[in-house]
Amino acid sequence: MNIGVSVQNVTKDYHMGTEVVHALRGVSFDVPEGDYVAIMGASGSGKSTLLNLLGCLDHPTSGKILLDGENVAEASDDRLAELRASKIGFVFQSFNLIPQLTVLENIEVPLYYQRRLSPKERARCKELAAMVGLGARLNHRPTQLSGGQQQRVAIARALVNDPIFILADEPTGNLDSVTTEEIMNLFDELNRQGKTIILVTHELDVGSRAKRIIRLRDGKIESITDNPARSSARTEAAVN
Amino acid sequence: MLVLWIRTFQLGVKSLMLHPLRSLLTVLGIFIGVASVIWLLAIGEGISRKAQEQIESLGATNIIIRSIKPPSEQIQSSGLLLQYGITRADYERLVSTIPTITRAVRIRELRQRFSYGGRMVDGRLVGCTPEYKDIVRLEMDRGRFIEDTDLEDLKNYCVLAAGTAERLFPFEDPIGKVIRIEEQYYVVVGVCKPKMPSAGIGGSFAAQDFSSDVYIPITTLWWRIGDVIFTRRAGSLEAEQVELSQITLQVDKTENVISTADVVKATLARYHPTEDYGVTVPLELLEQARITRMMFMIFMGLIAGISLVVGGIGIMNIMLATVTERTREIGIRRALGAKRRDIIRQFLVETVVLSTLGGITGILVGFTCPLLSEAIMSAIQILMPRVYDSLPEIVRTMRPVIVPSSVPLAFGIAVAVGVIFGLYPARRAANMDPIEALRHE
Repeated sequence: MNIGVSVQNVTKDYHMGTEVVHALRGVSFDVPEGDYVAIMGASGSGKSTLLNLLGCLDHPTSGKILLDGENVAEASDDRLAELRASKIGFVFQSFNLIPQLTVLENIEVPLYYQRRLSPKERARCKELAAMVGLGARLNHRPTQLSGGQQQRVAIARALVNDPIFILADEPTGNLDSVTTEEIMNLFDELNRQGKTIILVTHELDVGSRAKRIIRLRDGKIESITDNPARSSARTEAAVN
Repeated sequence: MLVLWIRTFQLGVKSLMLHPLRSLLTVLGIFIGVASVIWLLAIGEGISRKAQEQIESLGATNIIIRSIKPPSEQIQSSGLLLQYGITRADYERLVSTIPTITRAVRIRELRQRFSYGGRMVDGRLVGCTPEYKDIVRLEMDRGRFIEDTDLEDLKNYCVLAAGTAERLFPFEDPIGKVIRIEEQYYVVVGVCKPKMPSAGIGGSFAAQDFSSDVYIPITTLWWRIGDVIFTRRAGSLEAEQVELSQITLQVDKTENVISTADVVKATLARYHPTEDYGVTVPLELLEQARITRMMFMIFMGLIAGISLVVGGIGIMNIMLATVTERTREIGIRRALGAKRRDIIRQFLVETVVLSTLGGITGILVGFTCPLLSEAIMSAIQILMPRVYDSLPEIVRTMRPVIVPSSVPLAFGIAVAVGVIFGLYPARRAANMDPIEALRHE
């Protein structure tokens, strides 16, 4: 099995005036291809910092983060942008669609920054919109959609560049329980199709959908556990 | 690459349409700037062209010498007879001693009353030579102008200006008729076409109205009327002796005009102790007019430039607000793979779209300048006739001329304003920390 993401002894310090905050104090784990990992922890545990580092939005203070074998810690600002454009699919808590663009155009944004603007790519965007159930609303604006629909658009957008993993930051934090269920089912489905998913959340019932749970506490990994519920679900699926 | 720019442009337009009114007002700033560049330059060009035309109508290679009645305190001759002005001797001296003079035209003019039958016209009697017609650009309507043989034979022939002919002969053909001037009779041999009055340029060259002229051979004038003219003023009789009213010298080459004028001035100064003549050099005026025009253009350009800078500041102001407002969008775009230069491009395209739009509309409206200024002028003429009359003649008759180079200039400046004033907000957007930007509410 290929190692998609490898985090090796990563630390991150923030300078708040004269004080130094150690947000991460040496974190190591691997996310193999096809994995479904939930990163959990209370606020202040270093969860957001780890998310920013995995999302190539920031450099670690020390240690390595390997994406497809490339060390993010040494990448330039432009290279980080390229990595975000080509290897990562972001899903945010507040959907973060661009209001003046239509559903289809929102899905296209990551391709735009990779200069992939052919009609073929556009057709793929339409397919993805159809896959998340919004094939009939390609020309709607985000404000014309419900929260769940917006998050579906965001997921389609995260898939459009065929990333090595989807990085979801509290993807259901702004959704009601019914919609949460729908979105989580979509993630399950994507994972079944072989997509690697890294989920950052503090909600246990959301985290429990993952195959593995990494718990952070005070900038360190408290535990990495396989999720028994998921394992059995997977077995069930295999039996069926 | 083209697709990318098209997409960026589409995106820019979409983003600007988020706040249509705001964008419109921003465009208005540039629009006014660009339109005023074109307008001010067109008006400046119109005025300076008019001035240049007037000067050129005097002839660039000409030197004009006119007799001027000296101020009374300078008059030396006592008694009744006032003698002043350029003389026939001056004429001979100038023509025989200065080799660069190719042609010299003398005239003698005086106020006279012309009559035919019961009708009378007060006008200007001009004793002239055949060349006079070319120098002041008279065109014949009927008959002929004064000819050399008329001068030799001291003929009592006269040519009427259009206005004189119309008033003396409202119902008849004047050719062959005899008019009376000062108890003497002249046969009409020609009538001129109407001619616009020439404007006064420079101190010694007053405006001339050609409408009530009568032209006769200068030799006839000397023979029949003489140099001494008696006028009744305030009850007393005054006599003036003037030999020539004006000499127009034509110089062979433009380069020689200034030096010839210097020699002419020096020659005249030797024989005229009082300043009873004036020398006008149209070329000098032309040079002056060029300098004035340049200063005028710079001044106008400066005003227009200021309004463009104000427009640019408007753009910058709006874009800074937009960048702050769209911090979140910038964060999302950065997270989805936009590089700093992608963000710069996006916002620069928006400012350039705004300023280009202002530029195009400004140019279009700039083109209406000649039409609109005419409309404004006639509106002033109808609504405020007194104001209209008090306007300088050059302003009244001036037609704005759109300077062709002002169109690309104005457009270029508009785009440049967009880039320059858009760069700072765009850079500010690009330099945001994506993590901070994503958190922005």
